[in-house]
Amino acid sequence: MSELTTDPAALSRTVTVDRAQLVDYANASGDQNPIHQDAEFARSVGLPDLIAHGMWTMGAALDVVTEYVGGDPGRVLSCSTRFTGMVVVPEGETVEVLVEGVVKKTDEAAGTQTIELTATCGGEKVLGRCQAVVRA
Amino acid sequence: MAVNPDYAGREYPPAGPFQVTREEIAAFADAIGATSPAHRDRAAAQALGHADVVAPTTFAVRLSQQCEAQLIRDPEAGIDFSRVVHGEEGFTHHRPITAGDSLTGVLHVDRVREAGGHGMVSTRVELTDADGQPVTTVTSTIVVRGEG
Repeated sequence: MSELTTDPAALSRTVTVDRAQLVDYANASGDQNPIHQDAEFARSVGLPDLIAHGMWTMGAALDVVTEYVGGDPGRVLSCSTRFTGMVVVPEGETVEVLVEGVVKKTDEAAGTQTIELTATCGGEKVLGRCQAVVRA
Repeated sequence: MAVNPDYAGREYPPAGPFQVTREEIAAFADAIGATSPAHRDRAAAQALGHADVVAPTTFAVRLSQQCEAQLIRDPEAGIDFSRVVHGEEGFTHHRPITAGDSLTGVLHVDRVREAGGHGMVSTRVELTDADGQPVTTVTSTIVVRGEG
């Protein structure tokens, strides 16, 4: 069994997304909502531009937690988030999302840790109350 | 048209079974930039004690959203998909999902409410394996943005 990494920097990562990545995510997840693939459609329903799937952002952010527990997805017992902002993905651009995590709580008796993540894009918080419980 | 409040408490018939393949786990991992070899390499997953490659922690959304489609595509529910944005999502893993799993999902509509001119619908999908054992509980809240 892999050890927990002790380096807090392991819980921080800048992830990037462009429109091609969102097409890949739409196909891999089955979420073909046109607001994530068609800018004209997104604007027609009142959005500023094409936006990333919230679940893309959540999935990309949570990978820092999987890495933290030695790359074993089986040690991530639960995770949840609120979607508090949009990741707008303009044509031809690669957008950065900054993910930062801290260990919020260690439960020695249960053998678990609670990790709290923030994700920001252009200074705006896009994930709120994002937490994961891992088997330590 | 507003979201139909009568849908709260509804439980849908089981959806699936969904056969989880190595290819779809790898494609999902690639799409979110997941780094662990356990998503792609069977030997790496087995070294961690798993039967086969392991899904990323949010992979179950691929299955839960197929279950949620039963509600969203129901015209009587009053959900305008073009006005839907995601509010919240949560996963409780009773055990990891691995390639080779055959999973069935039961959709529950836990709550329907109006807030600030928007409709909010909270659902829960209980994914179980071929033996009927719990695998993942997926909770989701969607926001149906009000007109104007």
